[in-house]
Amino acid sequence: MWNELIGKIVIGIGVAFDALGCLGLLRLPDVYNRLQAGTKCVTFGTCGILFGVFLLKGFTGLGVKALIGIPFVLLTSPVGAHALARGAHIFGVKLWKNSVIDKYAEDRGDNPRL
Amino acid sequence: MNTYFLILVGCCFACLLRAALGKTVPDRMVAIDILGTLAVGMTALWAVISKKDFIIDVALAWIFLSFIGTLALAKYLAHKTLDE
Repeated sequence: MWNELIGKIVIGIGVAFDALGCLGLLRLPDVYNRLQAGTKCVTFGTCGILFGVFLLKGFTGLGVKALIGIPFVLLTSPVGAHALARGAHIFGVKLWKNSVIDKYAEDRGDNPRL
Repeated sequence: MNTYFLILVGCCFACLLRAALGKTVPDRMVAIDILGTLAVGMTALWAVISKKDFIIDVALAWIFLSFIGTLALAKYLAHKTLDE
């Protein structure tokens, strides 16, 4: 009984993080800000949903599979986001006009392969 | 639980809206990447709602397919080609 209540609360927290991440994806000004809002919030929200499914179902097949899905999401989603940010910078997307610092441009210099 | 699922469907439409509106190419790619991660959570939730346990396997496969797709898109962005 307490399992179901806590599981539903954890799933609700995950869904709230997903919704706020998608709101940030719609509202923020340039591609790097959108990537930050979207990736962090949606990764944590999906982990919350999977952990809530584990709390609801316990140590059954469904619950354990949801539990081993959490490390996979935590490993793959930030790596993909990092590759996308690097690709966007090399592609030549400008930063938003109020951004204050761009360390990666200083590091790259004129080396096209970095 | 059905309310949670409907909220996630709304989030997917927000991602599709960004993919349709985005001014540059990386904007659309970011939207598709986030849509993939969102679909994993939706699939796990649907496995609980519909009481069919095997649907969680779809979520586990979807994580890796979304990851490989994102890496291919990022490699195309960085080098303008998929070779090497």
